[in-house]
Order: sequence, then structure tokens, then C-alpha cells
Amino acid sequence: MLEARNLHKTYRDLVAVDGVSLVAGAGETVGLLGPNGAGKTTTVSIIAGLIRPNRGEVLIEGRTLAGDTDPIKRRIGLVPQDLALYDELPARDNLALFGALYGLDRSTLKRAMAEVLELVGLADRAKDKVGTFSGGMKRRLNLAAALMHDPQILLLDEPTVGVDPQSRNAIFDNLETLKSRGKTLIYTTHYMEEAERLCDRIVIIDHGKVIANDTLQGLYRMLPASNVLVVELEDGGPPIEQFRSLAVVESAELKGSQLRVGIRRLTADAPAILQWLVDHGHPYRHVVSERADLETVFLSLTGRSLRD
Amino acid sequence: MIAFRALIKRDLRLFFSDRRAVLISFVAPICIASFFGYIFGGGRGSDDAARVPVLIVDQDGSSLSKEIVSLMTAENSLDVEPSDFEQARAAVRKGKAAVAIAIPAGFGASIASGLFNSPSKPVVAVLYDPSRNVESRMVESILAGHVMQSMGDQAFGWITRQARAADPATEEALSPGVKNPAGAVSARGDSASKMTIPYSTNEEAITSGAGVKYNGYAHSFAGMGVQFILFTGMEIGIGLLLQRQRGLWKRLRAAPLSRAVLLSSRTLSATVTSLIILAVLFIFARLVFGVRIEGSMLGFAAICVAFSMMTATFGLLIAAFGGTPETTRGLAIFATLIFSMLGGAWVPSFIFPQWLQKLTVVIPTRWAVDGLDAMTWRGLGLSSAIGPIAMLLLFCAAFGGLAVSRFRWEADG
Repeated sequence: MLEARNLHKTYRDLVAVDGVSLVAGAGETVGLLGPNGAGKTTTVSIIAGLIRPNRGEVLIEGRTLAGDTDPIKRRIGLVPQDLALYDELPARDNLALFGALYGLDRSTLKRAMAEVLELVGLADRAKDKVGTFSGGMKRRLNLAAALMHDPQILLLDEPTVGVDPQSRNAIFDNLETLKSRGKTLIYTTHYMEEAERLCDRIVIIDHGKVIANDTLQGLYRMLPASNVLVVELEDGGPPIEQFRSLAVVESAELKGSQLRVGIRRLTADAPAILQWLVDHGHPYRHVVSERADLETVFLSLTGRSLRD
Repeated sequence: MIAFRALIKRDLRLFFSDRRAVLISFVAPICIASFFGYIFGGGRGSDDAARVPVLIVDQDGSSLSKEIVSLMTAENSLDVEPSDFEQARAAVRKGKAAVAIAIPAGFGASIASGLFNSPSKPVVAVLYDPSRNVESRMVESILAGHVMQSMGDQAFGWITRQARAADPATEEALSPGVKNPAGAVSARGDSASKMTIPYSTNEEAITSGAGVKYNGYAHSFAGMGVQFILFTGMEIGIGLLLQRQRGLWKRLRAAPLSRAVLLSSRTLSATVTSLIILAVLFIFARLVFGVRIEGSMLGFAAICVAFSMMTATFGLLIAAFGGTPETTRGLAIFATLIFSMLGGAWVPSFIFPQWLQKLTVVIPTRWAVDGLDAMTWRGLGLSSAIGPIAMLLLFCAAFGGLAVSRFRWEADG
């Protein structure tokens, strides 16, 4: 189990991480969600032992992580955001190096190499230089390199940045396999879809602070409206303040001819709203309903978009 | 045309956006050009000039030889010290003196007969550093002038003093031979007349041993080897910065390894790389140009190891102080060129002015080049390698210590 307690990190006047705490158990995937610069990578770097926090501690299986050479670091595997690979070397030489850093002997290295290459689907490219790989293949190898020493905890810092949808799905499949094997995954991302798909719990970070820490359903429950009704109007729409004053409307936003209305009960509230629009001379040509997502949650909590 | 202008504007903006690189682009050529102009005499006062270190062994002790020593000592272009013969030989071999001149016993008594092509001319021994051949010729020429002047002063001193005292205009009337006996002899000697230079010289190039010829390739391979290994060191530093930029450093640091292991492994691999380069260079020089390790093989190997280690820590220093690989490269190239230039890798350091020769003892490459010269063509023993090795290791410790203390372990967090 991994536990981060009250982590603080400042760089001169910049507070990068401000009291971040989280817990992740075996077989659990915890997502760190936040916009760029929120403090996700710094948090992961502290957990990986790359950065010493000003305050707080990281516990791995109940033991405080202490210093560069702490053997408990063997329980952690880091997948950095960058493609931390030697392009000039073949895939297997990269893996051999990163395995050797954890003291794996020759036979263990060989076995681990075969396993991780099989897992990420690169067994047939083992002898090829990494420089010849596509971006997606490099991402998969980046993951494989962190698995060589069979860590219990995997720290994934935006592991799908810049990859095509096919490779992204392949990585997701890999991560789900690892989760099913009981690994603890800490997954940082600013893609809400990834967090929604992969994570059991989501820690939302903004300006270095944890602003929410819950399951996906728990986060949705924090929202005033769990559904969004998107109405394409034929005219400029009603006066927005008047519309917001309706009892069934939780939130409303009018952009051009598109009206976005937050509602709690789709079945009961949507027909009432549509009828009100018709009754007040605002016919519509198209209606869709959207489920509230993490973007909505973030917007609700911070007043800003996740991708701002 | 708009696109063409935009492309040019882009290039110029990109160039000037990196202020450090721009500064280096201007500063490096200015410094190097100024340096070469200066050491080759452009605007330098004679007081600054490199004075040729000369040892004089006066085995005669006559008034004439003392007069010659005195005149030589008064020469601005020479740095003359008295010595005995064996010390003089050792000093020339070690490169501490360019030339040693031994005035033999009986020189003063027999020199007069030598003027007239006598077979019993006194023989002046000239021991010289073969890498400083030009300076040796210059010293011999100055010596000849002073010998003739001293002889003239002694032979004609009374007459000329009387004449000058009586009437200054008399000097104009004195024959050129009286005013300048050396010139007179030289002029007459061409026509194989009766008067000649009154002594002969026995020139000996001091190499590793009798009959061993000086091999100039030894110095050029030492100098260029040192320079290109410095470039290797620089690349090691840039490589570390690239690793940091590419996130590899994070992956390395995530492993349960000490900082000492991470940096020392880098230092050792860089040392091995440099040693391989040096080995290949000197094997090539041996096979193609006949460069031999005439001195201590152990000393040579130890200097190579010490220099390679120093270079590796120089690389670490670059990584510790550098910013991005792109911005650091210019500065590192500049530092490497300065080290090579002042270390004597391009031109021998003895042509530098005196103050600069003293200053370059703080340049590690100077010790490397001098040390390799000592172990190759000078043929010196292990004891002569100890100084360069100690200094190189000292630089290595200083660079390494500074690099470790300034290394930004968390910068990429």
C-alpha cells in the first residue's frame, strides 16, 4: 500500500505541492487529475523519491521512504512523462539497463525482459533500436522499462501523452492487466476520459492542493446537476437570468443559439424545460443530453476548465 | 519575397534569442584572435616578450668568459642563469631551459688563435631542446656577437677609450672592425680569408638518450589528443544535460542508487572512453610516425589516467553549471578552446609571454601536454610524471567536488 501524507514542496516563492495526501491500495488505480502545472508531476516525483518534500512523508507498505538508496524504492516503478529511453540502443538493451539498476541478475533480467515485452506487445521488436520505433511503441516500451523489476506500485506520469488512439488503448489494456494482477497504480493525467476509464479513485489537484478525493460516483455526487441538457435554439434564446430562476434549472449558459442547462433529474426536468421554452416563444431544433463529467466537476470546484 | 524575408527574419530571431550563445559567438573569436595577435607580437612591449631560458656553464672562469656571461645576462631576450654541466643537461631535458652553453676551460687563452682558423679552436658545447630549435639558433647567434664584442673590447678597448676621450668624432673614423669585430669577421669569413669565428660549437639536441632523434609528432599527438579528449569531456557534460532533458535522469534516480554511484559511474565510463582515445592515438603515432614512449611507461599511463579522470570531472562540471544542452554547448566549446590554447595544445607554451607562462600552471591541459611530452620524446622517468599527475588529480578533485556540490539533483522534478 502507498500512502502520501501532507506533502509540501516549494520552489522559492512557488508553492508546487501544498498538503497533498492520498492513499492507494493493492489492485487500486488512483488518478491524479489536474490541469498542467497543478502539481501532479511534483507529487509523483516526491512519491518516487526524486524530490525531497519540505514537509510530509511517503509510506510504502507502512515504511517511510527515506533517501536515494532506500531499498523500499524497489517496490516502485516510475513511468516518466518523457520518453526516458536511449534511442541509440535496441529495446532489449534499454530494458536490460533499467533492470540492472535494480540489481537483477542475468537470468532474472532475461525472464523479466521476455515478460514485459510480451505484455506491451513488442516482443518481435526487441532487437530493434528504439529510434526506429513509432511514438506509440516508445510509450509502450517506456511502460515496460518501469516493469522490469516487477514493482508493486507503478507511478505513471501522463503515460499516453502524444500517442495515437490505438496505442492509447493498448496502454490502457496493459494497465488493466497490471491492475488485475494486484498492482497499485498512480496515474496522473489531465485527460478526464482517461481518469474516468481507469481510476477507482480520483484525486483532483489544482494549484498544488487536493480539491477533491473520491470515487468517480462520489465526485459526481458533488455536482449540483448530474445531467446537462444541450438545446439548439432557433432564436437567440430567453433572457438568461430569467431562465436561471426556474426551479428545475441548476445552472444555465447561453452561447449563441446553444443553451446548456444543468439539471438533476433528466426524466422529470428535461420535458418541463423544453415545454417552458416553447411556451415562451423559443422553439428549438435539436436537443441532446450529456452526463456530467470530470470536466464539469473540475469546473464546478474551481470555476475553470481542466484544460485552461 | 515575403516568405523569403520571413525565413531570414526567423533565423536571425532564433540566433539572437539565445543571448548566451550570441555572446559566446562574439567573445570566443575576439578572445582567441586577440590572444594569438598578442603572443605573436602584435602591440606587445619587449618587456612582455617570452625570454628564452638559457643556462651558462662557465668552465673557463677567465675575464673574457666572465665578460661574455655578463653580456649574455644583460640581454633582454634571454633569461640567463649560471649552472654546472650536468644540471644544465638535466634542465634542458626536462624542458626547463631551452639552451645550455658550456664555455670550456682555456677558452679565454686559446680564443685569440682561433681567430685565424687555427685547428685548436676552443669548442663551446651547446645543449638544446629540439622542440625549441629556433630559439637555440637565436641564442647561438647572440653568443657569437658577445664573444666578438668581448674580444674586441679586450683587444681594442684601450685605443677606443683614448680616442673617444680625445675627440668623439674619432669614433666615426674607427674602422668597422674595431667598432664591431663580429661583423668584421663575418664579412671576411665569407671569402674564406684569414679571420674566422674564433671558436667552434658542438651542438647536441637533448632527447631521451644519445642518438635518439627528436620526433615532433610526439608533441602534436599529445596536444591534439588532449584537445579532442577535452571535447569528449564536454560531450559527456552535454550528454548528462540531454539525459536530464529527456527524462532519463528521472528514471535513473528512481532506482535505489546513491548519487555517488550515478556520478562516479559516469566519471568512470568517461575516463575509459578518454583512455581508449589516447591509446588509439598513440598506437597510431607509434606505428605511422615512430613516436615512442621513451620515458616511463608507467608514468605515461598514469598521466593518461589522471588526465582522463580530470576530463570526466570537467564534463560533470559542465553538466552541473549548464542550463539546457543548447545554451551550454557554446560556453563549453569556449572553455575547451581556452584550455587547449593556454595549455599549449596548439602552440608550445614557451612562446607565451613570461606572465602567461606562469599563469598557465593553473590550466590542467598544460600539465597534461607537458607530462606527455616528458614521458614521450623527452624520455624522462616516473619522478617527472609525479608533478603532472598530482596536479591533474588536484584539478580532478576540484572539478568533481564543485560539480557534485552544484549538481541540480531535483531540477527536473
